[in-house]
Amino acid sequence: MRIGVITFPGSLDDRDAARAVRLAGAEPVGLWHGDRGLRGVDAVILPGGFSYGDYLRCGAIARFAPVMADLVPAARAGLPVLGICNGFQILCEAHLLPGALTRNAGLKFVTRDVPLRVENAGTAWTRAYSGGEQIVVPLKSGEGAYAADADTLADLEASGQVVIRYAGDNPNGSAAAIAGVCNAEGTVVGLMPHPEHAVDPLTGPSADGLGFFASVLARVAA
Amino acid sequence: MTVTDTVARAAATAGLPQPFAELGLTADEYEKIVATLGRRPTGAELALYSVMWSEHCSYKSSKVHLRQFAATAPPSGALLAGIGHNAGVVDIGQGYAVTFKIESHNHPSYVEPHQGAATGVGGIVRDILAMGARPVAVMDALRFGPADAPDTGRVLPGVVSGISFYGNCLGLPNIGGELDFDPSYAGNPLVNALCVGVMRHGDLQVAAGSGPGNKVILFGSTTGPDGVGGASVLASATFGDAASDSTESAKRPSVQVGDPFLEKLLVECCLELFARGLVTGIQDLGAAGVACATTELAAAGTGGMLVRLDEVPLRDATLGPPEILMSESQERMMAVVEPGRVAKFLAVCAKWDVRAAVIGEVTDTGRLVMTWRGETVVDIPPASAADGPVYHRPLARPASQDALAAGDPAALPRPADGAGLRADLLALLGSPGLADKSWVTDQYDRYVRGDTVLAMPDDAGLLRVDEATGLGIALATDGNGRYCRLDPYQGTQLALSEAYRNVAATGARPLAVTNCLNFGSPEDPAVMWQFAEAARGLADGCAALGVPVTGGNVSFYNQTGTAAIHPTPVVGVLGVHDDVRRRVGIGFLDVPADLVLLGRTEPEFGGSAWAHVRHGHLGGRPPAPDLDAERRLAALLAAAVADGLLSAAHDLSDGGLAVALAESCLRGGTGCTVRLPEDPFTALFSESAARAVVAVRPGRETAFGQLAEAHGVPAAAIGSTGGDSLTVDGCFAIPLAELAAVHTRTLPALFGPVLSDPVVPS
Repeated sequence: MRIGVITFPGSLDDRDAARAVRLAGAEPVGLWHGDRGLRGVDAVILPGGFSYGDYLRCGAIARFAPVMADLVPAARAGLPVLGICNGFQILCEAHLLPGALTRNAGLKFVTRDVPLRVENAGTAWTRAYSGGEQIVVPLKSGEGAYAADADTLADLEASGQVVIRYAGDNPNGSAAAIAGVCNAEGTVVGLMPHPEHAVDPLTGPSADGLGFFASVLARVAA
Repeated sequence: MTVTDTVARAAATAGLPQPFAELGLTADEYEKIVATLGRRPTGAELALYSVMWSEHCSYKSSKVHLRQFAATAPPSGALLAGIGHNAGVVDIGQGYAVTFKIESHNHPSYVEPHQGAATGVGGIVRDILAMGARPVAVMDALRFGPADAPDTGRVLPGVVSGISFYGNCLGLPNIGGELDFDPSYAGNPLVNALCVGVMRHGDLQVAAGSGPGNKVILFGSTTGPDGVGGASVLASATFGDAASDSTESAKRPSVQVGDPFLEKLLVECCLELFARGLVTGIQDLGAAGVACATTELAAAGTGGMLVRLDEVPLRDATLGPPEILMSESQERMMAVVEPGRVAKFLAVCAKWDVRAAVIGEVTDTGRLVMTWRGETVVDIPPASAADGPVYHRPLARPASQDALAAGDPAALPRPADGAGLRADLLALLGSPGLADKSWVTDQYDRYVRGDTVLAMPDDAGLLRVDEATGLGIALATDGNGRYCRLDPYQGTQLALSEAYRNVAATGARPLAVTNCLNFGSPEDPAVMWQFAEAARGLADGCAALGVPVTGGNVSFYNQTGTAAIHPTPVVGVLGVHDDVRRRVGIGFLDVPADLVLLGRTEPEFGGSAWAHVRHGHLGGRPPAPDLDAERRLAALLAAAVADGLLSAAHDLSDGGLAVALAESCLRGGTGCTVRLPEDPFTALFSESAARAVVAVRPGRETAFGQLAEAHGVPAAAIGSTGGDSLTVDGCFAIPLAELAAVHTRTLPALFGPVLSDPVVPS
């Protein structure tokens, strides 16, 4: 099982995503933003960080990276893709996911271990969880407030595309406390919290995040 | 046309008045330059000497005192590179080496808090990078004026946002530090940034320009007019007839602007260059920019260098040689590269989108020569600029020390009963210096890189270095301006002791020391006395504890008008942890455990948090340092953690046992009940050194008691963990919810909420 982790200029949690993949039992494969091709991987993770410094709108430059020219059609064809934090922002900019991530309502960067509720345990990246399960995963972002127009939000709720919701205080003013969404097929998932930092209680608040990586293994194996 | 002040022109125009005083040089220093060169310096040379001989770069006032760190350093097999390098390098075993350093960015952070603090992070990270190490974490020791002062409301949020902006974007976890408030820092906050890096032994890089013919490459950001303090003075006062240009320059801010994204690329680019063996010598550009990097590389190498200043990539085409030399534009590095490797070097830079330019080469002439538009504008022996003057400043113990010492806190009214003790504890716990710091630390990423085992509010930051073996490092910084004001010698030893103890409390063995010495003006004999006492205290303390000083930084001129800050040496201690999986934190876990107080408690309240918070009092003697007891306590903690005897450990410092217990209860969400001896006030609030409170794992009480006895550490069973209140038998009980409310509300009340109210979509 090979899972690609893309490194953009300014990616920061690529090493951590690769570690999580390894702990889940798969082989991480580094993908370079400037290269074409996905090296035959079975799934792809866009990690957290500040691609291009996020000086422009978050993810707005990274979506034009050469590797995205191969990723976007592959994702549309069903390749499982997980975007975490900056990766979520890039997936929204690439129109693989609906909505956008905006400045936190408190206007400050927030690092916090947040309780989350798994709203949809049927996606490629959440099948290891049960619906309604509560987990604790770190959130660390300055532009993590999920936003979409009212119709889109209604559609997301109706179609089960809200994958993860903040279960405690809404830490950043996200619409409907949305922490993660997926595409209509449930193959492309974006998360604002960082499951790769909850894979070992030694270095995170829990090991609750491993399930995201284990889920895609089960899916790809099936 | 601007006239270029060449070496030939300088030789032909002896006696031309030059603006050395405006650039911060004394008449004696100027004469020394003229004597060294045998002529007046050119404008570019004057700029170069003025920045190289500044207090900040030359350590001219502190050098004679800092020498004792090396002279009295205890023998340490762990030191791979010591004082004099960009940062010290320590062997932590298993083939790993660690480099760490703390540096001040006080003055820029007052002028422009966000960028000042941000570039402070960037600068120290490049110091660590230049040693060949991958930077792996940062910490920040912050001190501000009164928490409720309007200007603190400007400075603090800006400093925190700057550190957050730069460190988070760079991808370095922020694992701890300090936050304190005191009126002496109003108008002069202290922003001290620490960085730590990890490498394999063989990865050590040298800051030397060796090998004639080797190329000198400047890479990273372009060079602009930012941070050029005096160059406009230079241009307008003597040489420039381009008056309009210099007027423009004078309006530009002298605080640099940071680009953490470029720094991230620069880090990855440098590490790839090192790994491919393409670098012969490397130096970061910080204060004094190109002037400092070229002179230091040349002075430490073969001795000569030829630099073509026209080749320096500029972001402002109007800059001339003096400005190029003095510019403190951020995110730049300078490398010395063998000619045959230049193409590969430039290819790696291109991969990382990092601009690079060959600007010169190493020579064996013994001269640092720089040209501009085909003419020579600098021709100096590099060591003369790199070494700088050395001053034995006058020092005098101020008479005010006696009055301070006479203000014995024993005379202060103490709480009369349990209710009074309870009120004092809550007052301390909610005071800005001791309150919950989440408002600050929640703005920092502590998780990135995935190796953070402990971070604020634990006693020390703890990082995993090797995933397979569990090898790790612990780091803590401490300082206490109030103790140092009362006695700079002992106060500095107390700062060292506390950082040492904090590292030990995780189970790590302290190995090495870095320091950032924040003081007022060295031209004030009273300040110079404080500095000399602090340096002596640190040197003696390190010798007694067996931990060498590996490097550090001095920040003078921290004062507003004639009022200096409290002398504030901030001491950083690095420890090695054999297995981070066995670490303990400060939090009481949800299992019943005996609480044991380690060390001896005396009625010591001089400079204490209690005297400060309850009475606004500063006087008497600080607690007596006991370095031998610190050493025994640290050895006991390391042994007990290695044997798995403890479930929590917390050092005792500001606010004594009372605050330590409250913090441990809140961190773990578990209460405790303690019984105290006849004088509960002293037991709760004394700040005697060399103490810690530990929670002993059930069934291991006897083993721990024997271990404490074997280490000669006094150990008193004072109670047990459990329940949901902090209870002192016969005195008071405080529910954890009440403790938490008091502890957490202070900073948000002062600086605004971090979270907003949830936004309800319409």
